[in-house]
Amino acid sequence: MSSTTGLLATRRLILQGAASVALIGLGNLPFGAARAAANDKYPEEAFKQKSEADAIKALYGKTAEPSDKIKLDAPEIAENGGVVPISVTTTLEKVTSISFFVAENPNALAASYKIPDGTVPSVANRLKMAKTTNVVAIVEADGKLFSATKEVKVTVGGCGG
Amino acid sequence: MASTIRVRATANGDITEVQALIQHPMDSGFVKDAKGELIPAHFIQELKFEYNGKDVFVADWGPAVSKDPYVKFSFKGAKKGDDLKISWTDNKGASDTTTAKIS
Repeated sequence: MSSTTGLLATRRLILQGAASVALIGLGNLPFGAARAAANDKYPEEAFKQKSEADAIKALYGKTAEPSDKIKLDAPEIAENGGVVPISVTTTLEKVTSISFFVAENPNALAASYKIPDGTVPSVANRLKMAKTTNVVAIVEADGKLFSATKEVKVTVGGCGG
Repeated sequence: MASTIRVRATANGDITEVQALIQHPMDSGFVKDAKGELIPAHFIQELKFEYNGKDVFVADWGPAVSKDPYVKFSFKGAKKGDDLKISWTDNKGASDTTTAKIS
């Protein structure tokens, strides 16, 4: 009898423990997000975020506004989601970084590039896309964030087997 | 072992255009192998281009960058015959470095 109640008590304790750990885990997320993009370290937290908005917040700590000074080049239709050529060029001045987000990938942030003084604010790369979704380019210029968005239709995803 | 990094850097006036192609599996951690087991994530996290001891381009990559990644950018101030140093590090701590001559 007493051993049964003992077991139940332990079980309850374990459950409570698990619940509080989960809560603490959730509570911690926003703090990791405070890291600025100017930081030289690899932005691990930003790469872990699922949604594009959270990833932008984790990487830069602010929100972006759309700009027509960013040219985002991506195919209308990508036959192979594993290799989608995407490039960004901007006429904005004082650009310090350019980042690429794929909205509905398991983790939205794909790549982030630091653009030091003297480097042309233009980057081309190839990304994986799980399915048809928006590709968002964020340009950080003079301390502000600007974005450009384009939908790319994917016929074969780049994340399945 | 041959270098995993292939680079072409071409100076045209004041601007040097750099194209790099790196051999790397860039496993996302979401793909299963033939036995149905997940292939663990294995991807390049940081790629750096240095000219004259200064970073001219730094890439932070996640697993969503394609296999055998390609990147293109341009920077100012280099001349033909100068050296450009390229290095990468992946999430398992592996790395590679090479130096390319700007042509």
